[in-house]
Amino acid sequence: MYSFEFEKPSTIADAVAALATEEAQALGGGQTLIPTLKQRLAAPSKLVSMSGIPEMHGVCVEDDGSVSIGGATSHATVAREAAGSYSALAALAGQIGDPAVRNRGTIGGSVANNDPAACYPAGVLGSGATVVTNTRQIAADDFFQGMFATSLDEGEIITSIRFPVPQAASYQKFLQPASRFALVGVYLARFAGGVRVAVTGASEDGVFRWSEAEQALNKEFRSDALTGLRVNPANMIADLHGSKEYRAHLVSVMTKRAIEACI
Amino acid sequence: MPKDSGIGASSKRREDVRFLTGAGNYTDDINVHGQTYVHFLRSDIAHGRIKSLDTSTAEAMPGVVKVFTGKDFEGVGGMPCGWEVTDKHGAPMQEPPHPILAQGKVRHVGDPIAAVVADSLEQARDAAEAIDVDIEELPAVIDMKAAAQDGATLVHDDLKNNVCYDWQLGETDDAKVNEVFANAAHVTTLDLVNNRLVANPMEPRVAVGEYKRGTDEYTLFTTSQNPHVIRLLMCAFVLGLPEHKVRVVAPDVGGGFGTKIFHYAEEAFCTFAAKACNRPVKWTSSRSEAFMSDAHGRDHVSKIELALDADNNFIGLRTNTFANLGAYLSTFSSSVPTWLHGTLMAGNYKTPVIQVNVKAMFTNTVPVDAYRGAGRPEATYQLERVVDKAARELGVDPIALRRQNFITQFPYDTPVALTYDTGNYNGTMDKLEAAADLAGFAARRAQSETKGKLRGLGINCYIEACGIAPSNIVGMLGARAGLYDAATVRVNATGSISVMVGAHSHGQGHETAFPQVVADMIGIDESMIEIVHGDTSKIPFGMGTYGSRSLAVCGSAMVKATEKVIDKAKKIAAHLLEASEADIELKDGQFSVAGTDKSVAWGDVTLTAYVPHNYPLEVEPGLEETAFYDPANFTFPSGAYACEVEVDPETGKVSIEAFTAADDFGNIVNPMIVDGQVHGGIGQGIGQALLENCAYDENGQLLSASFMDYAMPRADDVPFYGVDHSSQTPCTHNPLGVKGCGEAGAIGSPPAVVNAVLDALNSGGKAVDHIDMPVSPSRVWAAMNG
Repeated sequence: MYSFEFEKPSTIADAVAALATEEAQALGGGQTLIPTLKQRLAAPSKLVSMSGIPEMHGVCVEDDGSVSIGGATSHATVAREAAGSYSALAALAGQIGDPAVRNRGTIGGSVANNDPAACYPAGVLGSGATVVTNTRQIAADDFFQGMFATSLDEGEIITSIRFPVPQAASYQKFLQPASRFALVGVYLARFAGGVRVAVTGASEDGVFRWSEAEQALNKEFRSDALTGLRVNPANMIADLHGSKEYRAHLVSVMTKRAIEACI
Repeated sequence: MPKDSGIGASSKRREDVRFLTGAGNYTDDINVHGQTYVHFLRSDIAHGRIKSLDTSTAEAMPGVVKVFTGKDFEGVGGMPCGWEVTDKHGAPMQEPPHPILAQGKVRHVGDPIAAVVADSLEQARDAAEAIDVDIEELPAVIDMKAAAQDGATLVHDDLKNNVCYDWQLGETDDAKVNEVFANAAHVTTLDLVNNRLVANPMEPRVAVGEYKRGTDEYTLFTTSQNPHVIRLLMCAFVLGLPEHKVRVVAPDVGGGFGTKIFHYAEEAFCTFAAKACNRPVKWTSSRSEAFMSDAHGRDHVSKIELALDADNNFIGLRTNTFANLGAYLSTFSSSVPTWLHGTLMAGNYKTPVIQVNVKAMFTNTVPVDAYRGAGRPEATYQLERVVDKAARELGVDPIALRRQNFITQFPYDTPVALTYDTGNYNGTMDKLEAAADLAGFAARRAQSETKGKLRGLGINCYIEACGIAPSNIVGMLGARAGLYDAATVRVNATGSISVMVGAHSHGQGHETAFPQVVADMIGIDESMIEIVHGDTSKIPFGMGTYGSRSLAVCGSAMVKATEKVIDKAKKIAAHLLEASEADIELKDGQFSVAGTDKSVAWGDVTLTAYVPHNYPLEVEPGLEETAFYDPANFTFPSGAYACEVEVDPETGKVSIEAFTAADDFGNIVNPMIVDGQVHGGIGQGIGQALLENCAYDENGQLLSASFMDYAMPRADDVPFYGVDHSSQTPCTHNPLGVKGCGEAGAIGSPPAVVNAVLDALNSGGKAVDHIDMPVSPSRVWAAMNG
């Protein structure tokens, strides 16, 4: 990797100040960034670690019943500590990568990176969560802007993510055989106000909501409610591991399984 | 009762203590005072002409010692090929040069263009980025069939075409073969691909070159399966160095699987550059570099045809294979699709007429060479897939069809140049049927169906030629080396023993299994024996470890050397016991006079050998013997495998529910180690069958260039294996009666897996007769919905 400065602030304010340096880059768990640096595919002037900021760690239940997760909280911590308060999200966290990844990788890092095959974007969008940053609150529907793109501004830090807890939810992940990212992952959450279905891994545009499925399920929450319904293969990813048609098919299968898991 | 020591005992692997506690000594652990680091600038273009190469900026960068390009190596040889294949018209194969650093052209992504030696690795990388190289891109030659067409772009401008050789084995009379097929009651034909693989040993390749100006001596530390072979090739063919001035050390090596047999440019580079820079030079491959510079495996595209008579007897077999050699000839690449592949096309069956045709192709891809099994998996896969397809087409039981055609009389001369010395294929199949509980399959299928899953059973037989090889035979076939091995048994004064062997252990457990043999022969504790390997300055000239040869060949040399030691020790014992040598017996570490209670202990005899006060005058002092062993024939391990899969019809995902292996390895020294070898081999075979896929796009870019896209098998991809090696027909021509077990699992498992998947799909009413490996979920789904 190229040389860079390193800072590990202990407050959000110090982190924001550190990130003001030109070409500074926030470092979460480094599960994407560090391999990128090792391959010399990025050359930040400074890495600002989020790991030393106590208020960005941990899982708690807010007064309104929502579950709030600090941006620097590891997947392993979420898998463990959200198991009682939001079990579907905890299960999602427990399926990311392997133990080493889960103990280093963070929810804020994953969501800010918005890898089109990552698990968390589906959990955040499917839950209709709110991304809380050092300057504002961003609804999930406004946050994800396509593959590796988000509405975060330069130097903006995800301090926490607040999840409303649905009546039932399930994440169904079909593994890409090599990376074990989601070849297709579907996060389905059933709220009193309606059903949300978010799909990761499948689309050229990154995580998306499958609105036709949501409408069908809002009429009738049954596993056969989607019969005949399919996402348009044209926008799907095609690669070594599956064609557009295969991914479109898997979206239906994984959604059906998520419905069954919620019934 | 299982034995607790010696031959037949599952002695615990003593080397694992250091491996598992972080005390191993791998090549990357070796750091030499004053060492520099080299970074290779590698081509990111598959095929191109180097228009200009300017290293002047790089040379002036901080820490840079020297920048090398192809020009620096114009005075030395290129990387050699160790096997000359003669084509079917009697002409030698086309053998293009393989430079250490590119000269004029780049021929695959990863081809090294320049090398920067610097004080630190980061400085070397910084400087490599400052090298100005201008490459005119040429069309990439990727598809083998297109590469064989007249007028195709040439990978090597000086060759007449891209065909290295057009080779044939077996029946040479095409008319006779055609007649067999014309008269057949049934012909089954299958087109299939044996997918390209990357070996991916846990330890990437490393080389450290050192030069001592005072004595003009070189040392190369390297991740090799065969240090003497590397020394010979590098000294005699590449750098022109005197062998006695060069030491090659392969310390602990973290897995080889064939890909560390070969002599690589980076090894020669580090040795050469150590003198040119007058400082040690170290190279450690990154995983990304390994994907584009370690020799790949397999990559055959084949058509196989099987002719049967009205009684379902196999009467003819014909194969036509395109074999990918990549951009250059790697060390043993030419032998893999020919003598290690065509000779196995008879399999376990008495097919009277066989014709094997192989066109070996140059393409703009990483060189392809031996990978666990090397040619034999490619042969087995074709044969066992076409037999299975024939059984389905004919509506007969696949086991019965195989049994009907088994070779049952030994020795057996195949139509493809081998003589099988021994085997019992029906007996081994009996073991499989029992161990895999095939009788219970129907009930297990019904159980799977209640869960909405399709269950399939796949059967496979294999034969392999191991213990390579008789030097006189391989010499006739084009090998440019002998394939014997050697061992020196050095008995110390106090009775402990160091055995210096030509074989190299990089996971096989030699340090445990070899002492079991010597301990058994003498009757002393295994802990008194130590194996020394991997250092040309310590071991006799042996050919190393590959082709499941270590115990069969090097072990035989060790047995012969130990016999010489025992013979000499008996002379000393006879003197001490004042008896005739003929009356001396050795048992449990005691020499005794037959029929008396007079005896002398092993340790007393060994001490006498080195303190020869009371000693027979006609016997030399000391107790150390060397033996070389050249086998009389290959060994022929064989087996029958059963795989049970469940297929999820909604997603196409295959899960392996059971895998049972019945192998005939002849005699077995350490059953636990043999189990482990079979487990590992099956794991890699399942990897090939379900997961691994080294793919290039049409421009020669490697699509599966990291573990993000190249799927290695993980623990939860494989089942708990059932392994039975109680079917034993000992090898008839080596002293231990052993055959070799290292490659069997990788050879026997891929067709079993694919056969099982197809059985599952057909049980669900899907008339799918083939899916190419890897049988990934998307491919299964596409086949079901195709």
